[in-house]
Amino acid sequence: MSAIVYVPGDAAARSLGADAVARTIRDEAARLGLDLRVVRNGSRGLMWLEPLVEVSTSGGRVAYGPVAPGDVAGLFAAGFLTGAAHPLRQGHTDAIPWLLRQDRLAFARVGVVDPLSLDDWRAHGGGRGLDAALAMAPAAIVDAISRSGLRGRGGAGFPTGIKWKTVLDTPAPQKYVVCNADEGDSGTYSDRMLMEGDPFTLIEGMIIAGLGVGATKAYIYLRSEYPDCERVLLAALDRARAAGLLGASVLGSGRAFDIVLRRGAGAYVCGEETALLESLEGKRGEVRFRPPVPAQVGLFGMPTALNNVVTLGSVPAILADGPDAYAARGVGRSRGTLAFQLGGNIRHGGLVEVPFGVSLATLVNDYGGGTASGRPIRAVQVGGPLGAFLPASALDIPLDYETFAARGAIVGHGGIVVFDDTVDMAKMARYAMEFCAIESCGKCTPCRIGSTRGVEVIDRIRNGERRPQNVALLRDLCDTMTGASLCALGGMTAWPVLSALEHFPEDFGLRPAAAGGGS
Amino acid sequence: MPTHTRLEVTPPPNTDEVVQQAIEAHSREPGGLLPLLHAIQDGLGWLPPGCLPRVAAALNLSRAEVHGVVSFYHDFRTEPPGRRVVRICRAESCQAMGAEALVDHACARLGMAMHSTRVDDAFTLEPVYCLGNCALSPSVTVDGTLYGKVTPARLDVLLDQPAESE
Repeated sequence: MSAIVYVPGDAAARSLGADAVARTIRDEAARLGLDLRVVRNGSRGLMWLEPLVEVSTSGGRVAYGPVAPGDVAGLFAAGFLTGAAHPLRQGHTDAIPWLLRQDRLAFARVGVVDPLSLDDWRAHGGGRGLDAALAMAPAAIVDAISRSGLRGRGGAGFPTGIKWKTVLDTPAPQKYVVCNADEGDSGTYSDRMLMEGDPFTLIEGMIIAGLGVGATKAYIYLRSEYPDCERVLLAALDRARAAGLLGASVLGSGRAFDIVLRRGAGAYVCGEETALLESLEGKRGEVRFRPPVPAQVGLFGMPTALNNVVTLGSVPAILADGPDAYAARGVGRSRGTLAFQLGGNIRHGGLVEVPFGVSLATLVNDYGGGTASGRPIRAVQVGGPLGAFLPASALDIPLDYETFAARGAIVGHGGIVVFDDTVDMAKMARYAMEFCAIESCGKCTPCRIGSTRGVEVIDRIRNGERRPQNVALLRDLCDTMTGASLCALGGMTAWPVLSALEHFPEDFGLRPAAAGGGS
Repeated sequence: MPTHTRLEVTPPPNTDEVVQQAIEAHSREPGGLLPLLHAIQDGLGWLPPGCLPRVAAALNLSRAEVHGVVSFYHDFRTEPPGRRVVRICRAESCQAMGAEALVDHACARLGMAMHSTRVDDAFTLEPVYCLGNCALSPSVTVDGTLYGKVTPARLDVLLDQPAESE
């Protein structure tokens, strides 16, 4: 039997030279006359150890990392194919504390399986959710999702079951499932990891959605910044069709379902659901007025179940193991798990899927190990460019939708970006406005004009021009943008701006508040 | 810093063929304008403005509608890029790890501004907002290949390499 060596083909691992490592391992094995198979798996999500090479041994998989091409000859010499000792040895992969303490549902197979092997996917529990769904009536599928408490993982946190029920209950000649894979928030990469590491689970979730709402056609709207995802998804869709998972009769059930992959074109606002639909229709990605909501009038005017990648990727586990098992995890009205993503100035960045309710401090300090620079944490931004900045003193708050909302912050897509004490928070506030100006679709005035005026006002504050008046003006402008913008881009840009102003007034040249909140 | 606007740019010789293939592949697809434009840009590296009226006619759209779409999306180019395209992520995570300094370094080293193509057509330098590699910031792409943990020194190595290597 040939030895199996896993070298991630994930974009993050490749960005640190995983392709060269894989090549060197193959070359070295050939030179030594060893029979060896290299599998390009997804990433386990321990990004600071990438490229993380694993070998399959009789006692399970053993990890070595971070591996550079120059380490490969030494690994062979040390006998890494049998899991032997080496300075880069991280032990048995499943016993690495970072992974051991996680509760991976959507990401159960990511990094474990060969992403493009349907056999591997099945062998590791893939397809069980679809098998269950094929034996259920549409309303029962929707009911299971409702009872699981699953909410949209893209950021808005809307109950998925209610959305699906609306689509199911809206009569129409054609309905659609659309997967929002326009993961544009800085600090987020869970969609990317799932698509690259376990594409069949997304496909399975989309088929279940189609069975539940009565849709036969689906689209994945993938951002153009993810070429590795595009390659993996196209190959996975081909294989799913060849295996009868997609097509005129899903697994011989007589029910049709197929998926088309579409590439975005570099517009952040197309992550907003109605702009995404416009873009899929071949138009400028301008936000639509709501109501009607896409579940009633969506793609090409038809009812559309539009869900994020991780939302759809969470569906198979819910159907496979029942909604109660999913709902048993989490706190309050935030049920199940969320795949948090640690990024920015962080020592141990990566993906942590755990139930809701974990504290920010646990994620940033226990998992993340503090900053990469070794300096104190000053600010943490949760939920992407539209999420609030939190000071280091606020890291004890538990992560769930309601608690965060009560603190004027968002969980969003679970991205967590850490900044050390060298950050200039007035500059970050300016950037928030600048980003909104760059990415505004231009349809509504508060966002299109307000963001540019916001940059100018913050510049005046930073330059010390009539500070009290300009701060008042900035607050007023933020109020207008929040209350009068059509979508979250203009409507939430105020959150990073005002949270920076509140928690870090000294960076704006203002006197720090007498008590509380400050850094 | 030297930036320039090309006074006269000739579309690539295979433009007609690429445009025709793109139209045949996508003009009957519902909402097919974006895939069609991507197909042309994938083939030519940019969208010669002269071919857009043909695209409009094939989809029964006005020229204004096609122009509106082309100009809306950051990805679509109506000028040819330089021989090497360098994109530096400027989003929050990369800023937390020194992206702004990396931008300054790249501009100084290449003698050009962001959002521009150098006068000798050797480089196009542009920002990008998140490459999904936020645990390994800062990130850049060079000719579409993603690199993480990019220090100024590492960027220099990447810029010195001939295309299609590492």
